[in-house]
Formats: sequence, structure tokens, C-alpha cells
Amino acid sequence: MSKAMVNETQAKTEIVEKKKNMRYYLDKFGAVIGLVVLSAILTFLSDRFLTLNNVMNIARQSSINALLGLGMLLPILTAGIDLSVGSILAISIMVMGVVVVNMGVPPILGILVCLAVGALFGWLNGIMLTKLRLPHPFISTLGTMNIARGLALIITAAAPIAGFPYLIQYLGREFVGPIPVSFVLVIVMYVIFHIFLTRTQTGRYIYAIGGNKEAAHLSGINVNRVLVIVYSISGFMAALAGLVMVGRVNSAFPLAGLSYELDAIAAVIIGGASFFGGVGTVWGTLIGAMIIAVLRNGLNLLNVSADFQMTVIGFVIIAAVYVDVLRQRRSKKD
Amino acid sequence: MADDNRQLLAVKGIKKSFSNNHVLKGIDLEVNAGEVHVLLGENGAGKSTLIKILTGAYEKDAGEVYWENQLVSINNPVDSMKLGIATIYQELNVIPQLKVYENIFLGRELKTGGKNSLLDHKSMREKAKEYLSMLGQDPDLADAELSELGMGQQQLVEIAKALTLDAKLLIMDEPTSSLSGSEVEQLYSTVESLTEKGMAIVFISHRLEEIKRIGDRITILRDGFKIETLPVKTTSTDHWIELMVGRSLDEKYPKQNFQLGKEGFRVENLKVKGSPHTLNFHVNHGEIVGFSGLVGAGRTELARAIFAADPNDGGKIFVEGKEVKIRSPRDAINAGIAFITEDRKSEGLLLDQPLDFNMALANMKGFQSKKTKLINLQRIKEVAKSYIRELQVRPSNIELNARKLSGGNQQKVVIAKWLETKAKVFIFDEPTRGIDVGAKVEVYRLMNQLVEQGAIVLMISSDLPEILGMCDRIIVMSEGEITANLDRTEATQENIMKAATGG
Repeated sequence: MSKAMVNETQAKTEIVEKKKNMRYYLDKFGAVIGLVVLSAILTFLSDRFLTLNNVMNIARQSSINALLGLGMLLPILTAGIDLSVGSILAISIMVMGVVVVNMGVPPILGILVCLAVGALFGWLNGIMLTKLRLPHPFISTLGTMNIARGLALIITAAAPIAGFPYLIQYLGREFVGPIPVSFVLVIVMYVIFHIFLTRTQTGRYIYAIGGNKEAAHLSGINVNRVLVIVYSISGFMAALAGLVMVGRVNSAFPLAGLSYELDAIAAVIIGGASFFGGVGTVWGTLIGAMIIAVLRNGLNLLNVSADFQMTVIGFVIIAAVYVDVLRQRRSKKD
Repeated sequence: MADDNRQLLAVKGIKKSFSNNHVLKGIDLEVNAGEVHVLLGENGAGKSTLIKILTGAYEKDAGEVYWENQLVSINNPVDSMKLGIATIYQELNVIPQLKVYENIFLGRELKTGGKNSLLDHKSMREKAKEYLSMLGQDPDLADAELSELGMGQQQLVEIAKALTLDAKLLIMDEPTSSLSGSEVEQLYSTVESLTEKGMAIVFISHRLEEIKRIGDRITILRDGFKIETLPVKTTSTDHWIELMVGRSLDEKYPKQNFQLGKEGFRVENLKVKGSPHTLNFHVNHGEIVGFSGLVGAGRTELARAIFAADPNDGGKIFVEGKEVKIRSPRDAINAGIAFITEDRKSEGLLLDQPLDFNMALANMKGFQSKKTKLINLQRIKEVAKSYIRELQVRPSNIELNARKLSGGNQQKVVIAKWLETKAKVFIFDEPTRGIDVGAKVEVYRLMNQLVEQGAIVLMISSDLPEILGMCDRIIVMSEGEITANLDRTEATQENIMKAATGG
């Protein structure tokens, strides 16, 4: 081989390497890049978009979905789904409203009741899936979605509950400097979940079950136990999101969180988690929730109607997953 | 010499590789109308890859295919079907919820009129009855639901399907492996009547007696090459084995003899769920005990019952003389038992997770920090790297997903996972299935090493030469029962097969 040729092949391999690197970063940070590009476009289209005030607004608006999405990530990582989070949110805050506002229980206890109710409904989801052996969590959580919503309506004969004490409203209403407390809560929860999923035994088992349930079982993992934990956490996170909501609107109402599960699923999926389980990160989900919030906010600033917003978000979900499909097809070819 | 007028299929110089794995390195095969042509070769010799090229599931890299002396190209399953090639796989392609006649016409339903007209159930039913009686079956079977049929009859439904296609060549991949004795006889007579009508049959089998019984010619493959085509009647099975193995068994099976020690594992009166038989056996230090038998003899079920992967109906298990209570795979792991399952992909690996995670999976607790209970990811990486060096896993990048590895290397990752549990008893279920000859030898060496280090090693295998080559003692099972316990010195293909067929 002549020297020139050697140089040429070297140059070629370098280009290939560079392409590979680029791909790697595109794969790893695809959702982030999407968020940045989207923000850049909106900054260009509206001078009100990139202001401190508006950015904090987005942070606040995204927080409920970010919390629900974080909870939703767990079932999806196990190749499951939780359709009941919106309804669990409602029943949790309605029960809290009854015990705090109507019965005069101290607010701190009320908060604990709220979180316990959420976790309890999640636990029931897990029990139905593993002990009653319902064939798919789509079914068990679809049932719970209706049961919990119905109970939320029954409990006060569909009347909303207002007048919560300050402590309960704190999470959804207050700011630390310019930053909404709800967003601080989001960041704290995401860090905790990150550590949980990457550094604890149960966290790693969640990925293992989503990757291959039978292999996980034969590796000594108590699959049912992990699944019950997963759905309990998802329910707990729904109740936590409910607390933020109560603070935001200073009331609990039985139709709160209606169809919120769909936005939560969208955040997880846009964030790069696989619907077949085993693949996904908390940071992806956070970016997913931010993309949805930025889109909503930006389209509002541009005076696009809510109906159009839905359509746009629909397209974004499909585009995000399609990019993922392309990526996987490519990686199978390599 | 083959009569050119009768020659139906000829393939010449077929080559096929998957990334760097050369599976077929130049295969020739000639099949005549009206003959039963047997393909014989060890696992990994290239039989199934060749079949998949003929059926259009894979595309060949090089070589030519002639059909009735015309050069043809088979690029997809439809091309193959149009030529008249039909295949009956080990796993039947039938839909249990549909009726027999619906299965026979599945995908090629008869219609009352044009393409978009309604289904013509009446004609389908009648045609199906015709084909069924042609195969010596009760025509009324056409209306039975497929799930009501036994394996043998289900296979006949597949054959009937091939008949509706006017297939001239029928490929049968180990068709008798899941059949009972009388069903096997029925299949042989069906094969005879089909060849009398001029159909050619390519028959894959590992059962030498069976080949003697129904084969006309035999082509022996080894390591991706065609070795030789011979007439069945005038050549000996010993000669076939020689050609198939290609070298002396010693090199292929690096058997080491160790001092026989005391008992290290015992199973007493174990009942596999739903089976009437109680199973008893023990394994000593210093020996490898093989479990032989036909597919479905209950060996994997036994292993799963020991490991509590499936519930069992009682029995006692002793490790190093102490009884252990096993109610879940976790209990089994804690008792020091490792179970390297038959199917790496569906039961052993997290295919889309990196190698280090896979290797740590069964011993996550071992990587927890005592204080914080957090998992030390750095230590998992280090341990994984040392296994990769020790077992020579290629490629050696621990961040690669398990899916990217070859079968042999995937198997090493599974073995590493179990080594990491510090197990004392290793149950290998078909440990070398689908991996290349080189990797097989590495697996055998590892078994030797385990025995040398004082572990108990059991190997379930359907590969007779492997069992004979590696095991000190061979336990044979048949229909859920242990039918023989043979010492290495007294075991032969014949007496193992005899015990395996319950004879």
C-alpha cells in the first residue's frame, strides 16, 4: 500500500469514526437537541418566550406532568403501563380535602393521607396484576382508572373542595427566589429516582424485568414483588402531583387530572423510553415533559388554539417514536 | 450417479456468513425426485442455515441453485414456495384455534369468486378431506379444531398444507423429535407414500437408526462444508459419524479424569409437577453427569423443578449433604445452585442491556455497599472485565449490549453470571446448542475447570457425541422417568438410545 493510500484510508476511518461519534451523541442527546431546537425556534418567533418570567412559568406548568411522567417511567420500564394515574391523582386529593377541610385533620397528616391513598391504589394495581394474574397492566389500571375516578366523584357528590391550609398549598404555589417550589420538588424527585433506578437493587431489577422477565425470574429476582413496588410508586407519584395541583388552584375537584396519564405516557415515550421495556432514563422523561410544556407554552404565546396544540403534540409523539424506530433499525444493521 | 432426468434440486458452492461468522463455506447438494435425502451434521454444521437459504428466509452470499436443471434465484419465501419447496419445521406453524381445514389453507384460502370475494368454506373443507385421506387419515378430521390433535396429526396437517401447494420437495427438520412411537411409524409410512408419488424429501435427523430405516442417500455436513454424499443402504453408521465429527473425539471433547470424590448433590423423590414419576439421583465430586434422552423426555422439566423455576410436587434436595429448601429461584441460588438454561436468548440474557449488567444480575446484592445499600457500579465493571478476560469473551467491551455477541460469546456471558453467584452446583442445559466448535471446546474446558475446583457439574444434552465425550456417568430419561444410569465405560449410542426410547 502506498503512503497516499494509507493516508486516505486513515482519513476515511476518521470520517467513519466521526460519523459514529455524531450518531452516538445524537442517540444519547436526541431529545435534548429537540428541546433546544424547539426553544430556539420559539425564541425567534416570540420575544416573550425567552424571559425569566416565562421560563419559570414553563417550569411550573411542566411540574405536574413531570411528576406523573416520573412515576409512569417505572411501569413502562417493566414493559407495562399505568392508565390510572390521573384518576389516582383525583381520589388522593379528594380524600385529603375531606379529611383536612371537612374533618379538620392537621394539614401535615392530610398530606400523608393523600400520599398513602395514592400509594394504596398503586399497590392495588400491582396486586391485581401479580396476584389475580390479570393478563396485562393495561387492563388492571384501566379498571382502577374508572374505579378511582368514580370514587372521587362519589365522595363529595361531585362537589369541589376549596380552602386548603397554606402548608398544603405551599408546594404548588410558592417560589424559592424566582424558582417555583414545585419545580424544586421535581428536580429533587428526579435525582432521587435517578439514584434509585441506577444504584439500588430494586432499581436495577426494574430494568431487568423489562428486558427479559423470564431471565430475571431465573436469576433469582422476585418479579411480582418488584412489580407491586413499581405500581405503588407510580400511584404515590400521582398523589404527589395532586398535592402540587391543589396548591396551584387552591381546590380539589373530582375531575382533576382527567386524561393526564396520556401526557405522562407521552413524556416518557418522547424521552426515549422503549414501550417494550428495559430502556429509558429519568432525564429523558424530564426532557420529554419539558418538550410538552414548552410546546404548550410556545403555542399559547403564538395564540394557537388548544385544539391545534393537541394536534401538534400528537405529531411530536409520533415523530419522536419514529426517530427511535429509525435509530433501532440502524443499530440492528451495524 | 444421479440420473439427470430425476434430478430435482442441485445447489453448488453455497456460502453464507453472519458478520464474521462463516456458517456455510461451500455446500453442494443434489436431490432427486422420489428420494429421501438425509442431511446429517452436528449442531452448527450448517444444516439449518442451508435450509433457510432454500426456503428463502436467508439470502446466500455466493453459489447457485438449480431447480429441474434451471438456474433459479430464491430471494424470499414466496420464490421458494412457487418453485414447490415446502418445509416442516420442528416448531409447527399451525394456529391451534383454527380448524384443520382452515389451517391447511391458511394464507391461500379458496374464494367463491375473485380476489375480494368471500371465503369458500365448502371447497376448502372438501379439498382438505381429499388430502387427509391421501395421507391415510380420517377425512372428518378436517372439521376438528387443531388444538384437539396430537403432535403427529398436527404434523400431518402441515404435510397436507404442503400437498395443497403442489410441493415437489418437502424439507423436514427433525420431524420425529417430538413424536411418540406410534406417531413416528405413521410418519415413516407417510414419507414412503409421498416418495412413491415422486416427491423428494430432505430429511434432517440425528437418529442414526431412523436414517437407516427411511433414507436413500445421506449428505454429511461439517463446519460449513459438504463432506460427502453416500448411499444409505451400503454404508455404515460408524463411517457417517467419522465423517460428521471429522477428527478424533479426544480433541473435540477435552475430557479430563479427576479423582472421584464424595457425594455433593442429591435429589430424592422429586416429583415434577403433573408427573407421576419420582426422580432420584446423585452427583459426586470429580465427575460430570450427563442427562440424555429424546426431546420432551422431561430433563429440562427436572432441572426447572430442582431450581423451583416451576412449582414441583415435593421431594428433597441435598447440597453437600445438607438438605436445602427451594421454593424460588432465589432460594436455589442461595443454596448454591446455578442453572444455565437451554435458551440463552429468552431465559438467560437481557439482550438490550450491557454485558456487565448481565453478569451482575444474579448477584446484585453482592455489589451493594454495606452502609448505603447502593450498588457499586465501578465494582460491577471491574468484575465483568475480569470475567471477560478469563472467559475470553469477544468483543471485550463491557458496555456492549448482549444482543451484539455471537452465540458462543453470549453463552460465556451467561456462564459468567452464574460463576458470580459462587455456585457449588452447575446445571448446564444444552450448553453448546447453536455455538461454534471452538466455543464448544471452551465450554467443555470450563466444565473441567469447575469440576477441578470442586464444583458439581450436571449437563443436559441431546447431543449424544457430546454426552459420550464429556460425561463420566450418563443418566437417561424417557417420558419423565429415569430409565438408565450408565457408567462412561458401559455407555454406547445404542444402549443410551434404547433407554431413551423406553425400549
